Amino acid sequence: MERQVGTDRVKRGMAEMQKGGVIMDVVNAEQAKIAEEAGAVAVMALERVPSDIRAAGGVARMADPTIVEEVTNAVTIPVMAKCRIGHIVEARVLEAMGVDYIDESEVLTPADEVYHLYKRDFTVPFVCGARDIGEATRRIAEGASMIRTKGEPGTGNIVEAVRHMRMMQSQINEVVNMSVDEIMTYAKNTGSPFEVLLNIKENGKLPVVNFAAGGVATPADAALMMQLGADGVFVGSGIFKSDNPAKFARAIVEATTHYQDYALIAELSKDLGAAMKGIEISTLEQKDRMQERGW
Amino acid sequence: MINIGVLALQGAVREHVKALEASDVKVIPVKRVEQLEELDGLVFPGGESTTMRRLINKYDFYEPLKEFAAKNKPIFGTCAGAILMAKELVGNVEPHIAVMDIKVERNAFGRQRESFEAILPVKGIGDDIDAVFIRAPIIQEVGSRVEVLAEFDGEIVVAKEGPFLACSFHPELTEDNRMHQYFVEMVRSCVVPA
Repeated sequence: MERQVGTDRVKRGMAEMQKGGVIMDVVNAEQAKIAEEAGAVAVMALERVPSDIRAAGGVARMADPTIVEEVTNAVTIPVMAKCRIGHIVEARVLEAMGVDYIDESEVLTPADEVYHLYKRDFTVPFVCGARDIGEATRRIAEGASMIRTKGEPGTGNIVEAVRHMRMMQSQINEVVNMSVDEIMTYAKNTGSPFEVLLNIKENGKLPVVNFAAGGVATPADAALMMQLGADGVFVGSGIFKSDNPAKFARAIVEATTHYQDYALIAELSKDLGAAMKGIEISTLEQKDRMQERGW
Repeated sequence: MINIGVLALQGAVREHVKALEASDVKVIPVKRVEQLEELDGLVFPGGESTTMRRLINKYDFYEPLKEFAAKNKPIFGTCAGAILMAKELVGNVEPHIAVMDIKVERNAFGRQRESFEAILPVKGIGDDIDAVFIRAPIIQEVGSRVEVLAEFDGEIVVAKEGPFLACSFHPELTEDNRMHQYFVEMVRSCVVPA
């Protein structure tokens, strides 16, 4: 019987299976096991978490394949890894290694300031960051099978992720409530591909899942993003920069599942120890804002 | 009208709800144990089986789900759901709810890049079922009371044992609702009119 690999349904479907779950950044096998044990639906294998990338400065690149391999061998849940925006070869290397999902990520230093990857050329699915419907629909048209808010990575400050999620949800509602003859003008004004907007209008949502990322630091942050309409949550620096990662990871998973059970969130937020310190966004210089990367 | 629940701890819940609603049943996303009481049948959706199991334990679903199955109420598991139903898992992994006499191997086709879709015949349901396999498990062995409904390249991908139906692929990701209709009929035939 004939098998068709890398179809939209196979790539997008993989992200559908992650819904309601938490994807955690890890830098070694030990952290990957803690994440899996805590109930993460996938891990993102990295050389450094975003807050350390921010602190280290310089050029941030795809992780050393040894780390990706080590993490892949440590867990049975899916493994994701990041490549630089527009870096065709980093993406191909990760695909060749059997990574389950690639994040074309603004957390790394962009390799191309003009073009994002043409993701339809790949069998492996991609997730991409977005701040508004224009960025989200352009990435989907290029073949992204999953969208996440950019937020402001490595800050432990939820404000930008909230801004981006609210923006996307309100723009999706605008499109849904628009008459069809208004859509082309909206496409022009927001730089959104017309066909993707039509699809949003017909289905009432993005054609791919939309996760929250970039600043989630507490169980309440994760629940907040779910309440604002996220399909799931990425937690980068929040977990392994906290005092008690295993406990923290479990609490974030549970708060994501039961995001409207406030008594439960209170209970699981007790005695968690300090969350990561965090950065006030207004103190970040323009050049240090990762969300400005990509277009 | 009959009530069918979809275990809503994690995974592709919305898609199952939509596919079941097309068969004119009341569908209930199940997040709390009390909700099991009103159900005539239950779906274990696709998702990450280790995550779902952790949440099943955390929210004390384990015993109530075993009891649900012990009452012979129908259960339909897709992908991770089928893993939850198996009495035996390959590779020294402890089984989960363990209601079906099947031995399941996780991620049996490989990693995500090996995931695929295909058209395949399922006995008693159709010759051309639209099947999406995502990091899918296979059913390696079945007990004597288990009926094999579909194979793909020699591997068992759909099996039925009394009121329990397990499937490697994701019918909820397609517009093809025949697997769900089949399960709804299984539930209807189990419900004794009051």
